[in-house]
Amino acid sequence: MSVLAFDAVTYTYPQAGTPALRDLSFGLAPGEFCVVAGLSAGGKSTLLRAACGLVPHFHGGEFAGRVVVGGLDTRDHGPGEIAAVAGTLFQDPETQILTGTVRAELAFPLENRGLGAAAVARGVEEAALALGIERVLDRTTRELSGGELQRVALAAALAGRPELVLLDEPTSQLDPVAGDELISLLRRLNEQWGTAVLMIEHRLERCLSAADRVLVLAGGELVCDAAPVDFLEWAARAAPALQTPGARLLQRAGMRPAPAGVKDARATLRAHGLLRPPAEPGPDLPDPPAPAGDAAPKEPHRWRRRAPAPPPALRFDGVWHELADGPAILRGVDLSIEAGESIALMGRNGAGKSTLLRHAQGLSRPTRGRVERAGRVALLLQNPGDYFLADRVADEVAAPVLAAAGLAGLGERHPRDLSGGERQRLALAIVAGGGPAPAAVCLDEPTRGMDRAAKGDLADRLAGYAAAGAAVVVATHDAEFAASFARRVVLLADGRVIADGPVGEILSGGWYFATETARILGGDGGVLLPEDGGALLRRRLTDCAPRWGAELA
Amino acid sequence: MTPGLSLAYRRRASPLHAARAAAGGIYCLGLVLCALILVHPVELLAVLVAVLAAARLAGVGAEVRRAVLPMLVLVLAISALNALISRNGLTVIARLGELPPFGQIDITLEALAYGLVLGLQLLLAVFVAMLGTATVNPDELLRIFRRISLRSALTAALATRLVPVLEADGRRLADAQRCRPPDETRPRPRVAVVRAVATGALDRALDVAATLEVRGYALGGRPPRVRHRLSRHDLAFGAAGLALIATAVAAKLAGLAGFDADTTLSIALGPPELGLAAGLILIAVAPFADRRGIDL
Repeated sequence: MSVLAFDAVTYTYPQAGTPALRDLSFGLAPGEFCVVAGLSAGGKSTLLRAACGLVPHFHGGEFAGRVVVGGLDTRDHGPGEIAAVAGTLFQDPETQILTGTVRAELAFPLENRGLGAAAVARGVEEAALALGIERVLDRTTRELSGGELQRVALAAALAGRPELVLLDEPTSQLDPVAGDELISLLRRLNEQWGTAVLMIEHRLERCLSAADRVLVLAGGELVCDAAPVDFLEWAARAAPALQTPGARLLQRAGMRPAPAGVKDARATLRAHGLLRPPAEPGPDLPDPPAPAGDAAPKEPHRWRRRAPAPPPALRFDGVWHELADGPAILRGVDLSIEAGESIALMGRNGAGKSTLLRHAQGLSRPTRGRVERAGRVALLLQNPGDYFLADRVADEVAAPVLAAAGLAGLGERHPRDLSGGERQRLALAIVAGGGPAPAAVCLDEPTRGMDRAAKGDLADRLAGYAAAGAAVVVATHDAEFAASFARRVVLLADGRVIADGPVGEILSGGWYFATETARILGGDGGVLLPEDGGALLRRRLTDCAPRWGAELA
Repeated sequence: MTPGLSLAYRRRASPLHAARAAAGGIYCLGLVLCALILVHPVELLAVLVAVLAAARLAGVGAEVRRAVLPMLVLVLAISALNALISRNGLTVIARLGELPPFGQIDITLEALAYGLVLGLQLLLAVFVAMLGTATVNPDELLRIFRRISLRSALTAALATRLVPVLEADGRRLADAQRCRPPDETRPRPRVAVVRAVATGALDRALDVAATLEVRGYALGGRPPRVRHRLSRHDLAFGAAGLALIATAVAAKLAGLAGFDADTTLSIALGPPELGLAAGLILIAVAPFADRRGIDL
């Protein structure tokens, strides 16, 4: 018997012209780990909301067909009853925390079910232990980081030990470390307790190796239902935008099968004798530049005076940001960014990336040190929707700016009705398009929840700003995106610059701050993107394979 | 999440934090009732000292002190307003003449003093509310109320949850508007910003409501009664709260701490009043003496 069954489900939101789900049928077996993929607006979130009963009970609209969750028909049972068999986790941790302390948060769903004191206490303890949050049980939820909050929300969803857990892009707001930890937790729940998982995720490379099955939605229809390897073969033919970097790498090298993860890809390369022996160390990371006035080597005296170099677009000179009665968020950051340079600012959550961008724009002032700007700094914060005030797109920016952003045909639409990528383009046009040309364009986590097509479009736009002479600085956790647009990467940790160098050097030698291609190739040749990696492998196949094969033998 | 941006409960190593919410609630109720029942300025000042001392001993002194200046301004404003509109009192200290629409305005000492007492009572109510917010676990308190009235307690829970979320949203929206180019030709009316905040609040409320649904709120279960033995801090603060209420009521019934500002200002100030003031401070501060078992 399926733990979740969709039977010919068609659903249309209230006042929507077209259905969000069309004739959708599939079943999920107990203990199955299923990933839902697809481009934006394909119906993935609606599917999840139908599975947890919010559609149609909470959202209304027209619903046809049948969804059965753990034996409960969603037409007869509301989300509250379905919560007993299916835990649900959405994207934003902040709106999923309902109480002030972690213990109360975990107890809340159990108390709602009318369980006794002993059952509630036991459920809380077990959920906390399962997710490794027992140490924060008596902490207030205001004190927790985004990753911890998401873990607490997941624990609350799992508190009654449901047979099924439904997750809508649970890692989209987390750094790579916290994201990987969450996926590991889900895998452990799935393997040890047999909890079935239905998870929506854009960054498939993160979770495909844990999955048993992939569902792909497009226009509300199920267009693929296959095991991960078969899905990747299908994606190579029918939906290249859904291919993982590893799959693209091997496809370009002319190898099969498509890998579900780094381990599979490396196994394929090893079988072809293309994997560099692991004993060789990766490239050394360049040290961050020495602060001005320190023991930096002086240039030799020259008789002929050189033309003065243009001032940097942005310069941070010993910038500190210290909270009153709190920690220092930035600790003496020295950074110089030239006009036309493209920089990815990376580091885990809380490293100081967003704060540095706020200082770049002037939203925050250093408690010590100073920031010099060659001109206006355009800053796009994490949520593009915060920039919209008007009811029409055309009222947000002037028509030429709208046209330059590729939104000329959408002037009559409401900004909130735009797709994620369009909203971001509009917000970027608002901050960078009006007024004098910016000396620097800064973006804070712009790729959250974006599919690969939208990311490619954004990378092209950023290249346009850099070509026009603006410094481009993007704070991101997305190593693939960083590799696609940046020439330089600045790695922050605890408010300090810990590495600063060319993108090929920084992103090819690590575990977390590395692209999937670099992890598969072990940093070989500083290659970051599948296209370059494929070319490298093809060369190696023809030139070096016999020699490496002999070495390995 | 950024702790400390606004006053909120956080578990600290203090006897008041170690007490259960019911005991902490009774203690705060005792303090606020003292402020409302006793109108004698010396007793009110004693309650003020007790509240500030309790806040300091509970480790939330800085948070409560932050409100001192704005509240003092409010107290003076109330006093001044009362002096302008009250006709009570015979001791005129200033004649302002005809002032439409109030007519003849005479500032009397009695009206000024009574205004100060009213302001002090309001200040004390606010300070005790701040002390309670920072030291009494709201989840425990809401659990108690959910057993009595589920829907209203959950509405309160939702509202309290939305406050920090909306606070963060408001800050984000303001930051985003500051990021717009300075020489933008289209001015943004303030009402548009307010409307955007309101729309955002609606979206947030929907998100929180959806989470409530999938956590089974609609099932309407009541939290189970949990029986734990009373800790030394539960007993101490519960007893102190009850003692404060009893003392205030007894003093009122006994006619102690008399204060009259109707015709001429009359303030009884003898050993009973001073003893009562000292007693109130002592009762309020005593539970903090025992610091065993307060660690997190």
